Amino acid sequence: MTATATDLLLEARDISKRYGAVVALRSASLAVRPGEVHALMGANGAGKSTLVKILTGTVRPDGGTISIRGRPRTIHSPGEARRGGLVSVYQDPALIPDLDIWSNLRLTATPLSPFREWLTELGLERLDLSRTARQLPLASLRIIDLARALAAEPDVLMLDEMTAALPANLTERVLEVVGRQRGGERCVVFISHRMSEIASVCDRATVLREGRTVGVVEVTARGAAERIVELMLGEILGDIPAQPEAAARGAARAGGETPRMSARGLSAGTKLHDVSFDLYAGEVLGVVALEGQGQDELFDVLSGSDRPSGGELLVDGKPVSFGHPADAIRLGAVYVAADRAEALLMQRSVRENIALPFTTRLADWGVIDVRQERRKVDGAIERLQIDTRAQREVRRLSGGNQQKVTIARWVAGGLRTMLCFDPTRGIDIRTKHQIYILLRDLAEAGAAVLLYTSELKEIQIACDRAIVIYGGRVVGEIDAAHADEESLLRAAHNLPPDAPTPEELAAEAIAAETGGGPAAGAPAADGR
Amino acid sequence: MSAAAGVPDAIPGRRPADVVGSLLRRGGWTLGLIGLLVLLLLATKLIQPSYGLRGIQGLAISVLPLALVAVAQAIVVIAGGIDLSVGSMMALTSVVSAVLMENQSEALSIAVVIGVLVLGLVVGAVNGILIVVTRVPDIVVTLAMSFVWAGGALYILNTPGGGSAEWLRQLTLGSVGIEWIPRAAVVLAVVVAVIWIPIRRSRMGLSIYAIGSDPVAAHRSGVPVTRTKVIAYMLTGLFSALAGLSLTASTGIASPVPGPYTLLSVAAVVLGGVSLTGGRGGVLGPIIAVVVLSLLRTDMTFLNLNPNLATVAQGVILVGVVMFGSLLQLRRSRA
Repeated sequence: MTATATDLLLEARDISKRYGAVVALRSASLAVRPGEVHALMGANGAGKSTLVKILTGTVRPDGGTISIRGRPRTIHSPGEARRGGLVSVYQDPALIPDLDIWSNLRLTATPLSPFREWLTELGLERLDLSRTARQLPLASLRIIDLARALAAEPDVLMLDEMTAALPANLTERVLEVVGRQRGGERCVVFISHRMSEIASVCDRATVLREGRTVGVVEVTARGAAERIVELMLGEILGDIPAQPEAAARGAARAGGETPRMSARGLSAGTKLHDVSFDLYAGEVLGVVALEGQGQDELFDVLSGSDRPSGGELLVDGKPVSFGHPADAIRLGAVYVAADRAEALLMQRSVRENIALPFTTRLADWGVIDVRQERRKVDGAIERLQIDTRAQREVRRLSGGNQQKVTIARWVAGGLRTMLCFDPTRGIDIRTKHQIYILLRDLAEAGAAVLLYTSELKEIQIACDRAIVIYGGRVVGEIDAAHADEESLLRAAHNLPPDAPTPEELAAEAIAAETGGGPAAGAPAADGR
Repeated sequence: MSAAAGVPDAIPGRRPADVVGSLLRRGGWTLGLIGLLVLLLLATKLIQPSYGLRGIQGLAISVLPLALVAVAQAIVVIAGGIDLSVGSMMALTSVVSAVLMENQSEALSIAVVIGVLVLGLVVGAVNGILIVVTRVPDIVVTLAMSFVWAGGALYILNTPGGGSAEWLRQLTLGSVGIEWIPRAAVVLAVVVAVIWIPIRRSRMGLSIYAIGSDPVAAHRSGVPVTRTKVIAYMLTGLFSALAGLSLTASTGIASPVPGPYTLLSVAAVVLGGVSLTGGRGGVLGPIIAVVVLSLLRTDMTFLNLNPNLATVAQGVILVGVVMFGSLLQLRRSRA
């Protein structure tokens, strides 16, 4: 199973990268053989996207080496990567919106007839090349981008979340075409959150965790899916305060308490289809979802940034319709975003940022009562332990302190429902804990908190219960106190808790087909 | 298969009739401008029945510098930038050409013309490199540089003066072939055809549109974004130098004070259907827009309107036309 360096088509060794104080990659390695479809996996924040950016030349690594066909290379731009035999297809297609498809092909010097052939293979034979990319739907653009990459016949084809939001029939075609790349001269690096896709087309998987390569798994081996999940998780952090009152609260709810906020069959955009839940005062309700399952759209609707295309939203049992975030804020529903830049006035002071939501209320227009403002602001700063050494400009604060400011401004103004969308993204561990404790305190004081987080650990630590969203629908509810991370991850992938997973079944089937695996003895494959 | 233009995008592939439709849609703005121009010409004839051959020739000569600078601005706006120093670059190149050509031989004047064009390329490259290297927004860098180039022009020549070679003067006067084709218009057509069209058709031209349309996608498609941007600014410098030369040629001297060309060029680009966000439009639209704007002014003079009011009217018409265009676009995107 070992391959010498010259056998490898693509080899990245000990890649490291830090952004200021944040270490994105410590020591990531990736080795891909010819004829292989190789999965790159990792939980959010494991450094996957940074590694992809480095391999494609968008970001320069601080250390480590990259070689293609055994020759070391420094890749400065996607153009250079392309010339070196490495072509990527991104989640958002690299087609120029204002140019027609012809011109887009000319821009990358793509030969036309192989492009047409691949397009036909991928089920898009009747494409009018004189249309501008802007006029075509996203799914078609993805397919065009893939066909263009295949036509260039690269040594290494990198597919980054290629199948995300692709309709099922196209996904099938794509997987089939990718699967056919196996066994040839070239190789594919396949990045996806969907275990079933990995199981059906990949040979091996490299797993990243916290900026390190923690293992390479033979996907076709038995129990590979388990092994991958295990590697992605690592050891679980300790000191988890249990939520003993959760059961008691559940009982109270059965007694007919009106939920603070309820969603009934909400849908919006192309990703959110049917989401219903009840959020009660005094609880922290978690939202478990992989990236892009519709949670972004859900929070936009709940916070009044976007109107739902269907379904109903109730606050305190009464139907509401938010046309603007101000409508939501008036009803006490406030939003904390992952991206602090979305919420804060970066050039202004901590004080002004905290005071902004309550000084902009229409009723308070006119002279600002400075003393009252100061009292509220000081109270909030103290409560959240914001480091105010650099308070003249919010942008000079650390990410954690910035996030505290966005929370503080709602705490200072008073809130009933807090909608937190990945509030701890890119924040150090100590501040994270402070934020969990704060969310718990808010709930204790009678607020309702909805928490989406890309880190599953946080569900256990901060939530009473959690709903699972997959493919734009609520597919389950979990009692957080009794959920370990593995069951959460399984739920997020929409896998049943105990029964054999589709991945296992698929792996068995593949093993049976090739006759190499131990699963070859399955009854159906037995020769009679 | 009764597919019409209204069929949603889910079915790619269309029939030839639809392709014609799409051509019409894309060239629609320019066609509309041409229609507006014809209407204006008719109106001019109505207002001033004596308007004819001489009027057209005068129009062509007076429009030439503005048309060239509109092309200059259009190129950089298509590339996703904007250049507020085109007027100053015109003044600088005009002054340099007039000072060097004054009382010189014909052979030397040809060298001067070539030298001035190179100067335009260099000045444009300085703008572009500063933007790319410092990452200061285009509008700030070119505004600052506009003072530098204007100051340079005044340093070289502090009162209007200098001279132009006779052949250069003759280049814009009179007509070619039949007398209804002004020579200035032919010069404009030749210059654009020789410089811009080959670039437009090459990968370089595609890259200019690409970086204006979506720099990230362009980068991922392997386009050298920064280099292309610098080249776009160099082309803008080149066309500004041509505009400067045409100023020298049409007046016979040079003025070191920049005219109103910078803002007029932006107006022409907007009216000409080039998207200020980049990636969309061409150079023909802005050229026609320049003629429309000049003709409007002429008509107002014929109508004996207060010239200040005429300027107000020009602004109102500009806003009106552009708003009309974006309304059309909005309706189309909703349909």
